[in-house]
Amino acid sequence: MNEGRSPAFYALAAFFCLFVLFLYGPMIVIFVLSFQGPTGGLTFPMNGVSLHWFQRLWEGGGIVDIAGAFKRSLALGLVVMVLTVLFSLTAGLAFRKRFFFSNILFFVTVASLIVPSIVTSLGIAIEFHVLDDVLKNYGPSWISDNLQTTMGQFTSGLGAHLTWTLPFGLLVMFAIFNRFDGRYEEAARDQGATPSQTLRYVVLPIVAPSVVGVGLFGFTLSWDEIARSSQTMGEHNTLPMELQALTTTVTNPDIYALGTTTTAVSFGVIAVALGSIAILRARQARHGSDAGQA
Amino acid sequence: MAEARAPLESPGLPGWIQATPFALVFLLFFVLPLCFVITVSFWDYNDYEMIPAFTSRSYVESFEGCLTQLPDLCTMLKTYVSTAKFCAIVWILTLFIGFTVAYFLAFYVRSATTQMVLFLVCTIPFWTSNVIRMISWIPLLGRNGLVNQVLMSLHIVNAPVEWLLYSQFSVALAFVHLFTFFMVAPIFNSMMRIDRRLIEAAYDSGASTWQMLTNIIIPLSKPGIAIGSIFVVTIVMGDFITFSEMGGGQIASAGKVIATRLSALQFPPAAASAVILLVATMVIITVLNRIVDIRREL
Repeated sequence: MNEGRSPAFYALAAFFCLFVLFLYGPMIVIFVLSFQGPTGGLTFPMNGVSLHWFQRLWEGGGIVDIAGAFKRSLALGLVVMVLTVLFSLTAGLAFRKRFFFSNILFFVTVASLIVPSIVTSLGIAIEFHVLDDVLKNYGPSWISDNLQTTMGQFTSGLGAHLTWTLPFGLLVMFAIFNRFDGRYEEAARDQGATPSQTLRYVVLPIVAPSVVGVGLFGFTLSWDEIARSSQTMGEHNTLPMELQALTTTVTNPDIYALGTTTTAVSFGVIAVALGSIAILRARQARHGSDAGQA
Repeated sequence: MAEARAPLESPGLPGWIQATPFALVFLLFFVLPLCFVITVSFWDYNDYEMIPAFTSRSYVESFEGCLTQLPDLCTMLKTYVSTAKFCAIVWILTLFIGFTVAYFLAFYVRSATTQMVLFLVCTIPFWTSNVIRMISWIPLLGRNGLVNQVLMSLHIVNAPVEWLLYSQFSVALAFVHLFTFFMVAPIFNSMMRIDRRLIEAAYDSGASTWQMLTNIIIPLSKPGIAIGSIFVVTIVMGDFITFSEMGGGQIASAGKVIATRLSALQFPPAAASAVILLVATMVIITVLNRIVDIRREL
């Protein structure tokens, strides 16, 4: 199997290339079409090349509050990213030891991935409705007098996104710590390091590149999330929700321009993440001890 | 998990404290909400609010006609049969494509770097928006799209093919396009754990490529196949966005029932259909979990 390129190799390689074309082809098409000329339509041919639709997008021409939705999604994505990294990291450390609810917590985390998003979204919406009712009827007057709703982007919306990003974060942490060599910690401890010193100077620097990966999951999953957001965002929509609403009334290529823009943000984040991972790895290689090596 | 190399005595904070923020998120935004869904599904309601009084009204209405209309199917059963049909089609396609791609990456790509780069190539679309990946089919499959333009110019068809977009075909296509990654990743992971010496031994004993595939690789990839299958099947079961974006509003699905009832702001019936969906999903997972212990395979 390892000697020579068999016919099977070429057949499978061709299959793989077709798969990649299938993955990227349509995206490339809308990327190209977003530079459609001002008189161009939703399909080929291109009537010239222009930035017309991007310009229309930034001016907000015809489309409701895209800039606002963009900023909201960005802010939410960044908060989700930070919390996903923090909570996944601490939970990942916790799962290396035994604690009394570790089995049930693992089960709940996997269940959160598998339970359909619309069900979770509905549940959170009901929860906050009930909370609103309770606060309005039984809460102290300084709350109940001015309360509209407790639902919002950074309450119910943030929670909904975390139930989607944290399971991925934890699975990545499992993958990291399954490959982590515990002897580094033992060595640190034998040299007299306190637990917090071990964590700060030994464990964290070693896992840092992979933790960047957790952050990448946190941001991109939140940035593109729509099913869980659908019932939980309160009065303002996130960018993917606006985008989906637009698809039903779409008549011109500004939706492609919007698609290209959000994809560019995703790709930018992926590039930053991969770049940071490479830098951290290089730093490890530079600062790592050469003890024991020939 | 099973062979995590944790030191024997655990230093630092106790595990339960470290896990608390993580656990609180799931308690507040997952476990409690699910309890609310189940509770509210048994509540009564009128045109503008829900009434906390026990009733099975939402369930009775959900299954209306399911017994009396037999042998014809009631709306709920029809919806579930249609959703199950999509599950089956998408499952078979993603399994075949995902397995083939993972098999190529794991066993036919020689350098580890190339392997990771190619795997990353498969992963990147997963980090971009699903809605955009759906609408990206419009310029290809639409009435005046590329496919129809090519077919017309080659005189294969005289009028544009209408079933390419906003049809069962486009829904299935979009699912395969969006979610094959969920098959590729776990199957690839399982395959990378297969001891290469088994393959060598089989090869030395004169096994053909096909025999190695059916006797070694497929059996040892089963955990990955099961995990991928759970993902794909539950995604299709609960989906409402792909069905409405790509189906042109014509195709019913189990997830869309909930979304439709929610748009009428009626929580109890929406919650009842959510519970029904949850039970259906759990049945599927229980069956798949019989085949593999998920936790051991991470």
